[in-house]
Amino acid sequence: MRSFLRAYPAEAKLLAVLILLFTVLSVASDSFLTLVNLSSLLNNNAVNVIWAVGLLVVLIAGGIDISFAVAASVVQYVCVYAFAAMGGGGWMSGFIIAGAIGAGLGLINAFLIQRFRIVSIVVTISTFNVFFGLLMFFSSGRFLYNLPGWWSKRVILWEYKTATGWAEIILPVAVMAVAMLATWALIQRTSTGRQLYAFGDNPEGARRAGINIGLMQAIAFGWCGMMAGIGGLMQANIVKEVVPNALIGRELDVLAAVVLGGARLGGGRGSVLGCFLGVLLVAMTQNGLNLLGVSPYAFKMVVGVIILIAISLSNVDLAAMLAPKRAER
Amino acid sequence: MVQEAPVTTISGPALKFGGISIAFGGVPALQGVDFEVSRGEVHCLAGENGSGKSTLIKIITGVYQPSPGARMEYFGTAEAAVSPAVARRHGIAVIWQDLALFPEMTVAENIAFDTVLGGFRWVRHGRMREVAEAALAQLDVRLDLEARLGTLPIAERQVVAIARALVSDARLIFMDEPTASLTQAETDALLAVVRTLSARGVAVVFVSHRLAEVLEISSRVTVLRDGRLVGIYPTAGMSQSRLTELMTGKQFDQPVAARDMTAAPVVLQVDGLSRRGEYADVSFRLHKGEVLGLTGLIGAGRTELGHTLFGMTRADSGRIVLDGADLHLRSNRDAVAAGIAYVSEDRLALGLVQAQSIADNTVMPVLRRISGALGLLSGAKKADLVAHWIQELAVKIGAPGDAVSTLSGGNQQRVVLAKWLATEPRVLILDSPTVGVDVGARAGIFRIVRALAEQGLAIILISDEVTEVQMNADRILHMAAGRIVAEYDPRQTTIAALEGAVYA
Repeated sequence: MRSFLRAYPAEAKLLAVLILLFTVLSVASDSFLTLVNLSSLLNNNAVNVIWAVGLLVVLIAGGIDISFAVAASVVQYVCVYAFAAMGGGGWMSGFIIAGAIGAGLGLINAFLIQRFRIVSIVVTISTFNVFFGLLMFFSSGRFLYNLPGWWSKRVILWEYKTATGWAEIILPVAVMAVAMLATWALIQRTSTGRQLYAFGDNPEGARRAGINIGLMQAIAFGWCGMMAGIGGLMQANIVKEVVPNALIGRELDVLAAVVLGGARLGGGRGSVLGCFLGVLLVAMTQNGLNLLGVSPYAFKMVVGVIILIAISLSNVDLAAMLAPKRAER
Repeated sequence: MVQEAPVTTISGPALKFGGISIAFGGVPALQGVDFEVSRGEVHCLAGENGSGKSTLIKIITGVYQPSPGARMEYFGTAEAAVSPAVARRHGIAVIWQDLALFPEMTVAENIAFDTVLGGFRWVRHGRMREVAEAALAQLDVRLDLEARLGTLPIAERQVVAIARALVSDARLIFMDEPTASLTQAETDALLAVVRTLSARGVAVVFVSHRLAEVLEISSRVTVLRDGRLVGIYPTAGMSQSRLTELMTGKQFDQPVAARDMTAAPVVLQVDGLSRRGEYADVSFRLHKGEVLGLTGLIGAGRTELGHTLFGMTRADSGRIVLDGADLHLRSNRDAVAAGIAYVSEDRLALGLVQAQSIADNTVMPVLRRISGALGLLSGAKKADLVAHWIQELAVKIGAPGDAVSTLSGGNQQRVVLAKWLATEPRVLILDSPTVGVDVGARAGIFRIVRALAEQGLAIILISDEVTEVQMNADRILHMAAGRIVAEYDPRQTTIAALEGAVYA
């Protein structure tokens, strides 16, 4: 426990806030602490977590990616046409194609950053516009509903009948779990992951140690792109349609959640657990406001304030603040 | 990965380099230099900035290729061409001044970092811990392995960097200015680690500007000047002034500079100043034109006292009187307005904006004074002010528009001085002004300090180098555990006596 607090101070604080919020909502609303509500909370946020762990790897390596949500939209569109050309496709080919196209888009970012020595925020804002422009140009803004049957079908992994309705867990939650596990293994348990942390922490030190910088960029942005593609596949599975501008703006929500989870803009710090907790805190806040009957128009504002408070707290040593002030003479 | 250093039964040199020359763009940086280090020896590489020390290290570590005709031998093996990989395979490691460590990672991860280099494989944190523990055990040092490196003091990070070199089987470690930002106590601890290394057969080459410790730790010293070998000397019987002479080619037989200024009017008077946990009951007077040395170990409260006098922290009790009037400083802006200037210890991080020009750095605290109509900055006023101080302090620069980062340590220190002198202070606080500045430039800085004092500026010189205050101050206050414990007159004491009192 103590070593957890020490190694993950931001995560520990976030967890405490989350438990507090959970308790308050459980008391304040009688529909919060129900299987139906909690399972749908998880279902609705699985895609955000998938994206978050992808973005986490880029942040750890000292970069930032603004383009991944739009890249996910591109993947969705290309997939619709690719599956049609293949005569339908299936889950297996779906994951491979979505992941591969996403990774390819991510590698474009990595290439531009490495080859032309441009900072990642500039590159990904540019590719954000390029990806979105191409998407709108070729799709003419049309929605696509002709998804293959396997793709638009709700895959229920677990269900349970309660007094207030069915509680269920759907496929994206399982994919989220796999994405979390894979990312955790990559960054915590492989030499590559330690090199990613090192590169984000002290690029010059990493370079001198002989770490292949181009490879690090490729792995980070490729991983982020792959998660963007897989998340896009899952998002279309949930909403059963593909809308070109549906995901715009999600990149900032996810970024905020990841930073909330203890990742550092500038690199070298961040964890999978933190990502999950960060997404959950934002989601739970919105869910709670909803259940308490607060106007949806106020959601964004409240979420913004929560993020500000949480991030300010993570920069404050609580123990030092609570200690009694120095005695005046 | 951690093994005992490879068998050192075969005696003979660790490094044997001869006839090393190299030129950059036709300008020779090294000419026919010989360099030799024995196994397990502590060797010192001495020379002023620009004498070719770094270039020599980079040739030995395979970064640069010397001109044809060079003889290069590592542990008895001759090499024709050396790449960084070859040098590393021979067990050559460099600990640069910036250490190249990873502040967000734990101590264990930093020490065992080289075990996660190379291609893909799974890592085990338990194994990394073992590797780190073994390396620290070799150095007889205990550190908290799970602490984040960024929370450690510089001295302990040095140890981490050394341990990391051991993990990659280093047999010869170059240390570039390892003690530049260490206090005396920390330096002593580091020197103990160096001795342990040496006893285990690992050779250490020290590059340092602090001649006292160079002479204390090393058995031989190689002196370079202007890219040429001056000679290789045993340190036994070598004195600091002799070494300085060899390095600079000039004589610096500096007499004690102290004068009795106590008859001059009091500029700054401090009465019973206390701040909990930092210093207590500090009282002294500073006279017009006086250089007051303030020495003591780190943690003695010297820098903390300096911060209060500069308005950055507030005392709990006591009073500060400037020119006979009580002074209440709410911020360092107030201090600047009252005529107090403070040149910080950490010049690189706090004193200068490295990427900005020399001119912009110089006028930073006096922007209002160089403003013209509408409060916009006047280019002409700025140019005048900058030209004045560059000339006054003899800063060697290309153009005022060049970035400060292009200057040497000594010249950077002069720009910091210029910046604060431009505020036209009555009291100047210099905190460790010669950290990272080489011998020749030090003398230049103290000449400036002396000249400023003679013009009537009252100066507080904070330093943990006793020699420095003894040679340059008019009066010396010794601080220990937050209190002023003694006052000395440099003309009536000796360096040895002072050292005994301060370092005891």
